[in-house]
Amino acid sequence: MAEMLATFVFYLFALVTIGSAVMVISSKNPVHSVFFLILAFFNSAGLFVMIGAEYIAMTLVIVYVGAVAVLFLFVVMMLNINFEELRQGFQKYLWMGIMVAAIVLFELLFVFSISLGSPKAVSNARHVIPDAEVMTNTEALGSLMYTYYLYPFQMAGVILLIAMIGAIVLTLRSRPGVRKQNIGDQVARTREQSMRIVKVKSGEGA
Amino acid sequence: MEHVFFANIGIMHYLVISSLLFTLGICGIFLNRKNIITILMSIELILLSVNINFVAFSVMLGDMTGQIFAMFVLTVAAAEAAIGLAILVIYFRNRGSIAVEDVNMMKG
Repeated sequence: MAEMLATFVFYLFALVTIGSAVMVISSKNPVHSVFFLILAFFNSAGLFVMIGAEYIAMTLVIVYVGAVAVLFLFVVMMLNINFEELRQGFQKYLWMGIMVAAIVLFELLFVFSISLGSPKAVSNARHVIPDAEVMTNTEALGSLMYTYYLYPFQMAGVILLIAMIGAIVLTLRSRPGVRKQNIGDQVARTREQSMRIVKVKSGEGA
Repeated sequence: MEHVFFANIGIMHYLVISSLLFTLGICGIFLNRKNIITILMSIELILLSVNINFVAFSVMLGDMTGQIFAMFVLTVAAAEAAIGLAILVIYFRNRGSIAVEDVNMMKG
C-alpha cells in the first residue's frame, strides 16, 4: 500500500512538472509562463524530497520560487511589452524545434540507457551519503561544504556579489531634474558657504 | 538500472524526467526566438533538469558530491537570471521593445 502510494505520488509530481514545463514554453502570456515555472519548480522540489535530497529541494523552493520567479514576475509586469508581436515565428519554427528536441531526447535517453550498466560507476563514492538516522541531509551537506568545498563555496559567494553589483550598475540611472537629498553635500557644507553676516547701519535698513 | 530508490522507482525514471525537461527547454529556446523572457525561463528549465540529473546520480552512487554541485549550479543560475533580467530592463529602456532580432545594436 505504501509502495503504491509512493509510486503514485512520484508520477503525480513528474507529470505536473513536465506538463507545466510544456506550458512555460507554449503559453501566450509570459505572466502565465512564470506561474507555470513556479509550479514546475515546486513539483521538482517534491521529486527531490522523494529521493532524500531535502536540502536541495528546500533551496529550490526558496531560491527559485522566492527570488528568481518573483524577479521574473517583476520584470514581466513592469515592462509594457506587446506580447502578440513576440509570438511571430512560433509556427514557423515549430517543426524545426520539435525535430531538434526529438533528436536531443533520443540521444540523451540512448546515452543514459547504455551507460548505466557500467560496473565501475557504483561503489567509487568519495563522500558517502550518511544514514538518515545518523545525520540529516542538511547536516551532511553542510559539513561537507564547509570542510572540503570551502573555496568553491566562497567563490559562489563572490559570483553572487558580482551578479548583485552587475545588476545594480546596469540598471542604475541618474535622472536629471529630480530633487533628492544628498547627504554628502549636506555634511560638507561649511559655515562660510552658508552664512553671511550683514551689518546693517541704523536707519538704512530696508 | 537495477538500483531502486523507493517503491519501484529507479534512476531511469528520474533520468527520463530530466531528459524531457532538458528537451522542453531547448524546444522553448527554438520556439520563442523573439521573446527573451521565455528564453531565460527555458534556460532555467534546462538548469533544473541538470540539477535533477546531478541529484539522481548522487543518490544512485551514494555520493554526496553531486548534491554539492547542484548547489553551485543553483547559485550560478540565480546570478545568471539576475544579470539577464538587468540587461533586459536596460535594453527595454533604450529600445521600447524586447525583440531579440535587433540586439546586435548593443555591440560597441
